[in-house]
Amino acid sequence: MDMIRRTVLKGAGATGVLVGLLATGVLKPTLAHAADWNKAAFEAKDFDAALKAIGGDGAAAHKDLVMKAPEIAENGAVVPIDVTSNIPNTTSIAIFVKKNPFPLSSYFEFANGGMADVAVRLKVAETSVIQAVAKADGKSYSVHKEVKVTVGGCGG
Amino acid sequence: MADPMKIRAQLKGDEAVVRVLMSHPMETGQRKDGEGKVIPAHHIQTLTVALNGKTVVSGQTGGSVSRNPVFGFKLKGAKTGDKISVSWKDNKGDSRTDETTVS
Repeated sequence: MDMIRRTVLKGAGATGVLVGLLATGVLKPTLAHAADWNKAAFEAKDFDAALKAIGGDGAAAHKDLVMKAPEIAENGAVVPIDVTSNIPNTTSIAIFVKKNPFPLSSYFEFANGGMADVAVRLKVAETSVIQAVAKADGKSYSVHKEVKVTVGGCGG
Repeated sequence: MADPMKIRAQLKGDEAVVRVLMSHPMETGQRKDGEGKVIPAHHIQTLTVALNGKTVVSGQTGGSVSRNPVFGFKLKGAKTGDKISVSWKDNKGDSRTDETTVS
């Protein structure tokens, strides 16, 4: 009995805080709605799990999905990666660094004229395969390239 | 409040090439300080690029994006004078929005 009461009160409290934040404009509903961070995918420590979490498993290679990445990166803290998809109706691109502690680095969705062409700079902990997965018309495609790292990007 | 972003949007044909430089530590949560204590994660989680108020790219990032992230995007059908706005939000709830026009 007591447990139920506690849970109900806790729930009510949390809702109250959220409503308060919305009212004061601290939390903008539009911003929160635009893209919710995919916690499961970004905190997955295993490449296959991360891939699954964005719904990209079973991706096939495609000649119109292209990645530009350096063969050797002297500084693993800043590795420039360009991914371009010329596959019609590409709606999203995810970029993974397979050997990083958390493989998923970034995920982009495109709409209203935003082209499936993105440039990022990533931290690469050690020599690793970089893999990009694009989605178009409900199908997944992937491209990968190995980047050799001489100085890791995650040292302290 | 974080420092302003640097945004450049240049028209090439009928595409606008947008480069954004954000000022952010992008701490992974994996590093340790001099005393061996873990430095807590502090990184951008979501970002949005809008062309004349319409979202064209919505992105999500983890801690493995480099410090002071640079992003490049391409937008089709943009014209000179169009308004580009970019926003980001990090895992501590901090956020920032900056604007520029296509030149």
